[in-house]
Amino acid sequence: MADATLEHAAVQHDASGAYEAPLFGAYSKKVGMWLFLASDSLTFGALLFAFSYNRIYTVPWPTPFHAESIGNATIMTACLLSSSLTMVLGVFAAQRGDRAWTRNWLLATMAFGTAFIVLHAMEWSKLIAQGLTLPGFPQPASAATGELADISKNVPQFPQAFFGLTAMHMLHVTIGVIYLGVVALRKWFLPILGAIWIAGYFLIPADNVFHYGIHALLLGLIVASVILFLKPKDYDSHDVEVSGLYWHFVDLVWMFIFPLVYLMSTKVI
Amino acid sequence: MHDVATHDDSKGQYFWVWGGLLALTAVEVVLAYRQVFQPLRMLQILLVLSVIKSALIIAYFMHLKFERALMRWLLVISVSACFVIMYFFFFPDADRILRLGVK
Repeated sequence: MADATLEHAAVQHDASGAYEAPLFGAYSKKVGMWLFLASDSLTFGALLFAFSYNRIYTVPWPTPFHAESIGNATIMTACLLSSSLTMVLGVFAAQRGDRAWTRNWLLATMAFGTAFIVLHAMEWSKLIAQGLTLPGFPQPASAATGELADISKNVPQFPQAFFGLTAMHMLHVTIGVIYLGVVALRKWFLPILGAIWIAGYFLIPADNVFHYGIHALLLGLIVASVILFLKPKDYDSHDVEVSGLYWHFVDLVWMFIFPLVYLMSTKVI
Repeated sequence: MHDVATHDDSKGQYFWVWGGLLALTAVEVVLAYRQVFQPLRMLQILLVLSVIKSALIIAYFMHLKFERALMRWLLVISVSACFVIMYFFFFPDADRILRLGVK
């Protein structure tokens, strides 16, 4: 279909002789996103291989995740899978030219993505409060001893691999939510993002890691503002489809993190 | 290649894929939590299930199934080749360290 559209456009502009069918049969934005995702998959591939490397040579590998953590991670997985479905429905709505439903499905996708981030942040906070910290970082006074504090002291590879991998993924999900917000709401999204950043900064306790982590939203706000003000445009179905590719990739990566990081470290009582 | 009408008509298949992905996730959780297999066998099974889930996501949700064959194969082969190279860098060394007993 894209070939036919391009050929038609070339004929209209009397440049039929100059037209050359695209090699991959897709528009350049989509090919660009696929290339980015291929390179990003190598980033996550390296992190997952590093996690597995640590897992193989560290005997015994800690298994700290109780039923509560596994249940939480399962709900997070369901959120991401459901967000992929709403994203697909959003792409269909965009291809139909239905702006209202495109926005609604994108907002639903963002809601699932935000639920994932909030659940993950709550789990991180709980693990840190129980003593799972990176080497060199202060441990909470209340968790100087205990199972997770012992793991942090004796097997520092575990918190390093766990926090490194999941932080990278959480960052990608956050970027994805901001990306979808820009596509769905354009400039209307900026004050919303700014309000979430300020509210997060004042509401999250100062001793929580996300009191500083929330500043990622400020960076997102700056980048989104630059894009929206320097190159204002009405995002079409191609833009929605390309943003969908990024979102599904984030979901795809979690399909490996969930079993490798959580399920293979399950503690059965 | 992409045909909007065809996709719209067969929207139901995306709900089936979504249901399948949730079902596979439930199987993973049950297998892991009940520790049905030894760790190495469990790892192999979980990885196979993850590959199936990722293939479903790439093929249907990311629509790679509907792209031109050149794009499909170029992406899959190049990324897979990189992972194979990574495998041969990481795992023999991890196994060597394990056998040497290095702490």
